[in-house]
Amino acid sequence: MAGLTEPVTARPVPGTVEVDAPGIHLAIHGLGKSFGATRALDAVSVDILAGRVHALVGENGAGKSTLGKIIAGVYQQDQGELVLRGQPVAFHSPRAALDRGIALVAQEVALVPRLTVAENIVLGAEPRRASFIDRRGTKATFERLVAETGFDLQADDRVDRLPVAKQQQVEILRALARSADLVVLDEPTAALSAREVDQLHRIVRTLARSGRTVVLVSHFLREVLELADTVTVLRDGRVVRTDPTADETEASLIAAMLGRSIGRAYPGKRLPPEDAATVLDIRDVAAPGVATATLSVRAGEIVGLAGLIGAGRSELVRAIYGAVPSSGGSITIGEGAGPATPRAAVRAGVAMIPESRKDQGLMLRRPVRENVSLTALPDMSRLGLVDRGQERRAVRTSLERTAGTTATELPAAALSGGNQQKLLFARALLTRPRLLIADEPTRGVDIGAKRDLYELLAELAGSGVGVLLISNEMEEILGLAHRVVVMRGGSVVGELAGEGMTEGAILAAMFGSESAA
Amino acid sequence: MTAATRTASTRLAEALRHAGILIPFMVVFTILSLSSESFLRFQNLTNILDQQAGIIIAACAGTLVLIAGGIDLSIGAIYGLAAATSLTVASAVSTPAGVVAGVGVGLAVGLVNGTIVTRFRVNALIATLAMSFVVSGIAAIVTQGNLVVAFDHPDFQQFAATRIAGITSAAWMMVTIAVLAAILLSRTTFGRYVYATGGNAEAARLGGVRVNGIKVATFALSGAAAGLAGTIDASRVLSAQATSGQFLTFTVLTGVIVGGTSILGGEGSIHRTVLGCLFVALIANGFNLLGLDPFYQQVTLGVILLLAVGVDAWSRRSD
Repeated sequence: MAGLTEPVTARPVPGTVEVDAPGIHLAIHGLGKSFGATRALDAVSVDILAGRVHALVGENGAGKSTLGKIIAGVYQQDQGELVLRGQPVAFHSPRAALDRGIALVAQEVALVPRLTVAENIVLGAEPRRASFIDRRGTKATFERLVAETGFDLQADDRVDRLPVAKQQQVEILRALARSADLVVLDEPTAALSAREVDQLHRIVRTLARSGRTVVLVSHFLREVLELADTVTVLRDGRVVRTDPTADETEASLIAAMLGRSIGRAYPGKRLPPEDAATVLDIRDVAAPGVATATLSVRAGEIVGLAGLIGAGRSELVRAIYGAVPSSGGSITIGEGAGPATPRAAVRAGVAMIPESRKDQGLMLRRPVRENVSLTALPDMSRLGLVDRGQERRAVRTSLERTAGTTATELPAAALSGGNQQKLLFARALLTRPRLLIADEPTRGVDIGAKRDLYELLAELAGSGVGVLLISNEMEEILGLAHRVVVMRGGSVVGELAGEGMTEGAILAAMFGSESAA
Repeated sequence: MTAATRTASTRLAEALRHAGILIPFMVVFTILSLSSESFLRFQNLTNILDQQAGIIIAACAGTLVLIAGGIDLSIGAIYGLAAATSLTVASAVSTPAGVVAGVGVGLAVGLVNGTIVTRFRVNALIATLAMSFVVSGIAAIVTQGNLVVAFDHPDFQQFAATRIAGITSAAWMMVTIAVLAAILLSRTTFGRYVYATGGNAEAARLGGVRVNGIKVATFALSGAAAGLAGTIDASRVLSAQATSGQFLTFTVLTGVIVGGTSILGGEGSIHRTVLGCLFVALIANGFNLLGLDPFYQQVTLGVILLLAVGVDAWSRRSD
């Protein structure tokens, strides 16, 4: 690759008078960031060296993506500062970061689908001649970058007809076209096939060899060990350590990602009786995003569903609930067949707390009362007329059981995250389910509300409800579940119970790594 | 300082939104009472009610569509077709048959609208706009572009113009339908599902609501109501024209939105719609009584509509 001998990064960084910390491309000092009640980052300090590949690893929710996004100007920090080549900077937008040479290639591809490869690459900075787009200049830019990187791309292909891997390459070229010399890659290989992953690895090395700095946010430890020079492990929004990758192994990284955080207490586990009936039994189920899944839940049992983001957990429970059709296998609820629609699921005694309470759970502008009674409304009405007294009583009782709000006439939007979540539990309880599916029920919820929800889940299980719990917090799964089912890449890959239910074993199954088991 | 001012301004916005159209309605009503002698006369007020009957009937059902997250732009076209159909059938067969035909044709178009929107997933705005062309076209073909008259069947006029306690049957029908629609929306499970569907369709679906069924039902009711509106107005003047509902859709939507029903769905109520329609009517009536240039009337209406939508957007800014 001939072009590599002349890195584009040779441009001077504007405004830099003196580099007082040679070798440090970006210094991060005491970064803090909160989303509502959730502390995503806390006092994070990391030095990112110029021309190196720096990996950020951690469990789901450890803060690695948030850190990557702050570096690229997508989020703004609450505390702390970024020092770029010795100069403090504040990015108010991704564009501001890009102007200083920092580009983000995100998990979700952000291209204009109907434009061509070359058009996307120059988008926003088109070569112009007399205020018309200079097609020849566009082509020249494209060819220069392709020659430099060796990507196999055609200038005139429409990007929406390209596979994800190629779209990522287009995004990388777009970053390079804007003279980016620090590229943040956020989970770049999550959606790629094995061969495409190899290709991306070559690209990362190429970028580093041409003098650019790469920040690699990744779930895949093997990839990190293979590609990165330095690795920072994050846990609960804090830096555990930053080390040369040469000093780390998969096992040492997993060990660093584990650990207890403060102030969690889980209610005692009470195992269901030996003869408890099976409330959910699925065999070889396939659905959009799910390759094959087999699992069962008994009455009174809490089954944890663990996996990385994108492992197919939410897709699976949506298929169980009838929200999306399953394409194979069998689903049995109690004695009956699986529901074809959410309405049938409700009738079969299934309730679901969906993954996103704002998009899938709440009517935000409607009062709490209407939100709670929604599913059980037929039970509170006669000849289609709602008995408002009965409704008020039922809603109040159900909210009391969840330790939720008493302000039943406020719009749901006015509640805190914790109270919104409790509202959804109150709705589920009103239908007296025998199976409760809870998809990340404590996301974005403060510690106090979390405890209430843990108590509630345990109490429900104690009363004979089967619970299928998805959580990205390992502690939560370990603290609440009687049994853990692990998914990876759209399939159920393992089941752990009793003594074998350890953090290490679950993480190893999630990451697909044997060395840590 | 900001926290306190923000709560104060939010509270003010909330209070204004709650009182909504009632305040401007009272203001205009008072101004007209003071500035025009003829305004407060029984004759003038009942005239307004009679003239607004069709509009308010169509608007009540249109409110359901809007709350469920849809929009119906075919109201005017249905009105025109129903007017021509009911008049033709009434003169050929009988008055009851004419009424059934008028309402029935509206119901049928409404069902088609609902099916297109749900089953074929066409955006409601586009689906009903397209249907409005289809329906107007059919009405023009059926009437061959002529004015349909039934002056030789004066009994059809009794349907809308019979006076009971000094008020026309058209106005009584309007009151009855408004009350029924208000009960339907606020007291029944169906009404709740309408709000839920417009408030968050996916949440409603996951909550066990047959979202598509609810949407089809609102379009069907809107079609039937527009059909009834056309039938009433045809009965009142014993003549009808395919194009007579040309501007009705916009009058109806203006009334509903000025009343405070959100174009984004999930919010609104029948009493607001009734007040909104009457408010628009008062302004027209006022311009008339005070002898003001009707061109300013249009400008005024446009500004009021923008204000109504602006207030809605402002109150949502924190979402």
